Amino acid sequence: MSIPSLKTLSAAAAVDQRPVKIACESLWKIYGENARSFLRSKGAAASPEDIAAANVVVAVKNVNLKVREGETFIVMGLSGSGKSTLVRCLSRLVEPTAGQVLLDGKDLLQATDTELIEIRRHKMGMVFQNFALLPHLTVLENVAFPLSVQGAPRAERESRAREVIELVSLTGRENFYPRELSGGQQQRVGIARSLAVRPEVWFLDEPFSALDPLIRREMQAEIARLQSVLKKTVVFITHDIDEAIRLGDRIAIMKDGEVIQVGTPEDLVIEPATPYVADFTRDVPRAKVMSASRLMKPVAHSPENYGGIVRSTDKIASFAPAIVRAKKPFGVADESGVVVGEIAFEDVIDLLAGVSDRESDGRLP
Amino acid sequence: MSRALSIEGMVSEPVSFHALAWAAALLGTVLLFVFPDALPWAVKYPSWAVVPFADAMSAVMNFLKTYFSWLTRGITDVLSVPLGFVTGLLAKGWKIGSGPDAWMIPRVSWVGIVAAFTIAGYALGGARLASLAAGCMLYVAIFGQWDSTMLTLSLIVVAVPLCILIGVAIGIVGFRRPGVDAFVISPALDFMQTVPTFAYLLPMLLLFGTNPVAAVIATAIFSIPPMVRATTLALQRVPAEIDDLGSMVGCSPRQKLYRVLLPSGRPLLMVGVNQVIMLALNMVIIASMIGAGGLGYDVLLALRALKIGPGMEAGLAIVVIAIVLDRLSQAAATYRPAAAIPGAPVWQNHPYLSFALLVLVVTTLLSLAFPPLGSLPKAWTVSTGPMWKAAIDWINVNYFDAIDAFRTSLIVWVLNPVRNFLEGFPWLAAVTLLSLAGYTLGGLRLVLVVLPLTLFCAVTGLWEKSMATLYLCGVATAISLLIGVPIGLYAARSDRFQAFITPILDTLQTLPSFCFIIPVVMLFRVGDVTALIATVLFAIVPAIRYTNHGIRQIPVSLIEAAKVSGCTPRQTFWRVQLPLALPEIMLGINQTVLLALSMIIICAMIGTRDLGQEVFIALAKADAGRGITAGIAIAFIGIVADRLLRALARRAQSNLGLA
Repeated sequence: MSIPSLKTLSAAAAVDQRPVKIACESLWKIYGENARSFLRSKGAAASPEDIAAANVVVAVKNVNLKVREGETFIVMGLSGSGKSTLVRCLSRLVEPTAGQVLLDGKDLLQATDTELIEIRRHKMGMVFQNFALLPHLTVLENVAFPLSVQGAPRAERESRAREVIELVSLTGRENFYPRELSGGQQQRVGIARSLAVRPEVWFLDEPFSALDPLIRREMQAEIARLQSVLKKTVVFITHDIDEAIRLGDRIAIMKDGEVIQVGTPEDLVIEPATPYVADFTRDVPRAKVMSASRLMKPVAHSPENYGGIVRSTDKIASFAPAIVRAKKPFGVADESGVVVGEIAFEDVIDLLAGVSDRESDGRLP
Repeated sequence: MSRALSIEGMVSEPVSFHALAWAAALLGTVLLFVFPDALPWAVKYPSWAVVPFADAMSAVMNFLKTYFSWLTRGITDVLSVPLGFVTGLLAKGWKIGSGPDAWMIPRVSWVGIVAAFTIAGYALGGARLASLAAGCMLYVAIFGQWDSTMLTLSLIVVAVPLCILIGVAIGIVGFRRPGVDAFVISPALDFMQTVPTFAYLLPMLLLFGTNPVAAVIATAIFSIPPMVRATTLALQRVPAEIDDLGSMVGCSPRQKLYRVLLPSGRPLLMVGVNQVIMLALNMVIIASMIGAGGLGYDVLLALRALKIGPGMEAGLAIVVIAIVLDRLSQAAATYRPAAAIPGAPVWQNHPYLSFALLVLVVTTLLSLAFPPLGSLPKAWTVSTGPMWKAAIDWINVNYFDAIDAFRTSLIVWVLNPVRNFLEGFPWLAAVTLLSLAGYTLGGLRLVLVVLPLTLFCAVTGLWEKSMATLYLCGVATAISLLIGVPIGLYAARSDRFQAFITPILDTLQTLPSFCFIIPVVMLFRVGDVTALIATVLFAIVPAIRYTNHGIRQIPVSLIEAAKVSGCTPRQTFWRVQLPLALPEIMLGINQTVLLALSMIIICAMIGTRDLGQEVFIALAKADAGRGITAGIAIAFIGIVADRLLRALARRAQSNLGLA
């Protein structure tokens, strides 16, 4: 509800025709001296015992992902699940042990050092957990830094820096040093800096984990706002499921280096692939992720009995207050406005109260 | 001392081959002690077996001198240019032309320099630092030490940047090539830091002759290690994210180093710079022996002639300069300038710098018309010399008996017995016991360090001198610990006492080693007692510091847990605080030993009879082989002590599960 512009994309993601921007295929990252021989002999079949015996650490295990242009893709997992390593493999900050990373269909791992520098200078931007601001540079200089590394003339890089500083609402702080700013402001500088080069792929590595909860919400809204304007391809890491659901078009859940499920927030909540995912999503309010089509039943009333009409992609939470107040069923319309089903207000109440179907059969008339 | 400690370490090992080896070694030692005539060659190293290492060193030096004079001369010529410029600027002025037509470009006015130091103090640390800087520099001027101080300062001004440049370069190599760091750079630095200051002078003296350039080079080499270490450490400590940032914005390796890593490591680099400055000052003073001139030379002259007044005055000037340089460079390390306003004129963006330069130029120009601004007339200066002399005389008249009794009893009851014991100690037994200690504490690797290094002292025929060094060093360490540890413990308990003692410790730590000798020698004359007291003063600081810190770093929760469990304060101390602070205290002991060793060597100037004296004599005779060999022996003693004590501290730590 709070960030509708992002959510509307999620339904489209199911039948997404947008080109793949960045992808990885059979990606592995194994730490340890015998990483390669281990991979050759055991590979994907390796058991935890094998891993312990070979004295290696498998940080990323046979990961396949496709992130489409303009999509906000969340990589989510607890600490140690390999999400940070995965994203560092995608940007080649960490050299993968095996597999492919495809940026615009070209294998990033084949790029020479010079090519890689060029790709990073022009196509990638990254926001860091602890901001990674250079302490000896002012806000303006920090934001202009990536441009200055490319050798852009001073006037040009400063005017661009001022643009992005304005974009993140920090105008007036250009000549401050990072140490003179609050945590939230510092991360705004980090965001501005990552956007200064107009990247095509935007990596955000737990950007808000180091911030207080209130500031975190504010910054999430900020990212959502920016993304609604900029439409970057975003790869966003977090360990916070609420953050993932608020921001993500699709979410990949990682555990022990493996991606165990990829899907829209709705998929993860309604159809968790494993008990682990179910555990993760247990406390997520269903109404916020569930769309009307999920709760819809076949048409049983005539249209004049409806309290209102909603779209099949609308989240339950967006019309819950109205349907509860109306105490009447709502019609559900598809893209073209044709009513394809209806939602009973009792079902919405059950959903909001967290009552499952079988229990409701027993208690409510 | 290391023997007693190592036996303690042995106890925790399972009884086995180890215990047997120890028992056999100890038994053998006792037997050799009781029946020294049974195996005379194992007691006293036989002279026929001495390897002429010193001669070989001399030959090498001669070879270098003969075939590389083009290089040394070239270096001298190159370095003479900045050195001549800076000494001209600060101390001597320039003379253009000759005879009666010659005219002088004056040196920078002393008033200007005092003002510049004051402005720097204000810019870096506000009014307090400004008044400290002003007071110290005025002291130097008013008490007639200006010329010598400026000479000393100009050597530092040339040596320090050289040192920083080379140090940062080596540090970068160490950061980029961890293998080179571990196997070449680090061991070399360890060695350099245990070689006594004197030993640096010898090769410089031979290769570059007696002149200020040799002093600058010796100073630069001596002061490099902390800069190298600080650079490598600063680069390693840059957060991984900052490093990643450098990669992600597409920095080339060079851009990443110079624009991301080095600037991010600035605070630690500045700590290195501070240490370099202080070491350089220390060394410049000692380098006065090979023609550096300046304050060190004044002190040296006064010491030789036992002139109390001038010695104290020059010594105090060194103290004062040390304090000013230390505080200013420390403040510079934490200094964060306000952001420059783009487009604004220089004097607006750098107001302090511009103002200081302006004052320097104006006062110097004025000094053309008004000479007292150029150099303070003798009549205006004050001398405290007579006062110091009177004070010392008064003490000597009134307390001579007490001082003498103290001195004699120290010699008779402590120094001589220890000395006789150590000098009579069979060398073979000592080498064996130390190697065994090495094995117990650090396994075969440590033996491979301890055995060859101790053998070196014996094989080069320096065993007795080494023992003489060890004896003074050992006694000084013991006394430092006996006094220092209780002070540290008390400081840990009382915040007020800590606040009182911290500035004293800071100052003691800042002072060049030379300064400690002067007052003591006035009271106790030359000899081992003086060396001992000066050494204790110099070496006590880490004993106090580490003890205090060791106790204070124990988490409050542990102390609370002890209290809740019903410990009395005494029990809390003995059963919780002391054991947990032990590893830290041991590191303090390690530092104390190394400081004591370095100071003992300098005390050769006041007539000790150890390895230091060997270097000192070699320096006087310009006998490179002899001096360098003794210098290496000293370094080896230091390294052996350091490795054994560090292994002991590590063991204490792992016993506590801290490492």
